[in-house]
Amino acid sequence: MLRFILRRLLQMVGVVFVLSLLVFLWLRSLPGGTVSAILGEKATPARRAALEKALGLDQPLYVQYWEFAKRAATGQFGSSTGVQPGVDAMQVFIQRFPATLELSFFALLFAIALGIPLGYMAARRRASWFDNLSVVGSLIGVAVPVFFLAFLLKYFFAINLHWLPVSGRQDSSIDATRVTDFFVLDGILTREWDAAWDALKHLLLPSLALATIPFAVIFRITRASVLDVMDEDYVRTAESKGLTNKVIRGRHILRNALLPVVTTIGLQTGGLLVGAVLTERVFSWGGIGEAVAVAFTRRDYAVLQVCILMAAITFVIVNLLVDIAYAVIDPRVRTR
Amino acid sequence: MPNPLNPNAKKQRIDDLAAQAGGGAAVLTVDDAGHIEESTGVSLIASAWRRLRRNPVFLLGAGITLLFILLAIFAPLIAPHDPSKGLLLDQVRPQSNPVPGAQPGYPLGADTSGRDVLSRLIVGSRQTLIVGVFATLFGLAGGLSLGILAGAFSGWVDSLVMRIVDVMLSIPSLLLAVSIAALASRPSQWTVIIAIATVQVPIFARLLRGSMLAQRSSDHVLAARALGVKKSAIVFRHMLPNSLGPVIVQATLVIAGAIIDAAALSFLGLGNPDDRKPEWGQMLGKAQNNIFDNPALAVWPALCIITVALGFTLMGESLREALDPKSRR
Repeated sequence: MLRFILRRLLQMVGVVFVLSLLVFLWLRSLPGGTVSAILGEKATPARRAALEKALGLDQPLYVQYWEFAKRAATGQFGSSTGVQPGVDAMQVFIQRFPATLELSFFALLFAIALGIPLGYMAARRRASWFDNLSVVGSLIGVAVPVFFLAFLLKYFFAINLHWLPVSGRQDSSIDATRVTDFFVLDGILTREWDAAWDALKHLLLPSLALATIPFAVIFRITRASVLDVMDEDYVRTAESKGLTNKVIRGRHILRNALLPVVTTIGLQTGGLLVGAVLTERVFSWGGIGEAVAVAFTRRDYAVLQVCILMAAITFVIVNLLVDIAYAVIDPRVRTR
Repeated sequence: MPNPLNPNAKKQRIDDLAAQAGGGAAVLTVDDAGHIEESTGVSLIASAWRRLRRNPVFLLGAGITLLFILLAIFAPLIAPHDPSKGLLLDQVRPQSNPVPGAQPGYPLGADTSGRDVLSRLIVGSRQTLIVGVFATLFGLAGGLSLGILAGAFSGWVDSLVMRIVDVMLSIPSLLLAVSIAALASRPSQWTVIIAIATVQVPIFARLLRGSMLAQRSSDHVLAARALGVKKSAIVFRHMLPNSLGPVIVQATLVIAGAIIDAAALSFLGLGNPDDRKPEWGQMLGKAQNNIFDNPALAVWPALCIITVALGFTLMGESLREALDPKSRR
């Protein structure tokens, strides 16, 4: 087990190294180059020259990369120029991280709570109208642009019907105490139930919009995996030795079918961030997704490099954790 | 289907697809009467076609796709008006009723520049098809080159290429596309296409490498090697043609994704700013700016995108199922 974790950790180091190399090269080839990336495009020539020297841009490339890596390792990516001008880019990321995490958590919750039962039911009734309808439905879910769906939800439920708030994470009239920066959790911890309820209402529409693609993926993997497992010999054995349907479904089919679903959920972290960029923009959520969207329109490269690096590292770490969890659940993995 | 033994399902799914092409050249099949027949690679496609012809999902997808392609080819002949001329400009009122509504000759009304929406949608199919097809082709070209490199040479070339591919897969897709689009100092249709294509490169590369690895130890490749066939001929004449099945299926699905991604890029302000030649994603992305005043301007291109994306997806998914050896029972 320990060797398995160590091997995966080593792989991760390799991935992070290549990733930093790519981000470094990306920054160098942006229109205007690294100096514009840090100072913005309107800097005076004198300041540009000073920074060029300070950053060692006259040095050979491998020296420059080494300097970049040293700064990156200590979290120094320069100041934000467009998202929150003057604020340290790493700080921008850290401030906004809880908002995105909360949104993604609820989106994933929706996706799992709907995807697994529906996928299971579709597989049990293979080729029935329910199965066909839900498969086509999941394909439509993938075909709808996420931001368009977000707009539709906002248009009907927030603007036309006034059932739910239009944007933001919490009503500004509510004076909530901040403990963890996860607004719902804060409300529960401090027993400010109105604050928690309000945060939940704000969460509903964006997390539904964000949940569509992970839902479609989890639904289809669950369905396919249950279909696979239903054909297995051990299910037939269980049936022939007279176990009750309840035991067969729960212990033989569902438990084994969920193994690939666990991995799929881990892989959705990347997709969630993509969706968050679009959904947060529509609902002015104030998370990393919105920061990325704004950073691109205002060419705030300091924030962008932090977000790209951290997003990829988060993805790699989550998948490492999923793999470890997986090795715990399924001992067969460890031997490979 | 994802193998529960492998911890990394995204890669695994790609590799599984790759493995489906394995064998390809000669397949032993047992027909209903119990006769064993040896079929060639052609009849693998033929048997897939036999099943596809009766599959309503495939027919629906192929029908939508065919209609879309025909529309794109004959767009200028079908469109009732010039899509770039503000014919109803005098009816655009910024204050009360911002865009001209439906009227005789203009069934869907006009946009904020007074241009006929129906004509823009019809002509827009052409640019949309161009974005979808070229983004896929470029992604395919890049992915094939990397995949052949990794699949043909094992050892350090393979590890190096695959590490880069893994890193590209770890960056969220849209973030990667948008980063590439940001490299251009002036965005255009082609930066959109290249940005979307870049995201597809690692997926195609992994897919092709997987199916080429399966080919490398297959009998016909070993036979060719034993006969002293040149390495390049083995790779290009024996391994590559037999590895392309899953890549083609993936390409069908990528066209749908590319059309949706083009809309997302446009929504984030990194699309093609020049709207004289309309494109659905661009129309949708731009319409979001004042969607609450003119929802129709967003709904029409969105409906077109959803329909076409669904068409390609239905076609791709049923192709995948037909080529899956498991479903050949």
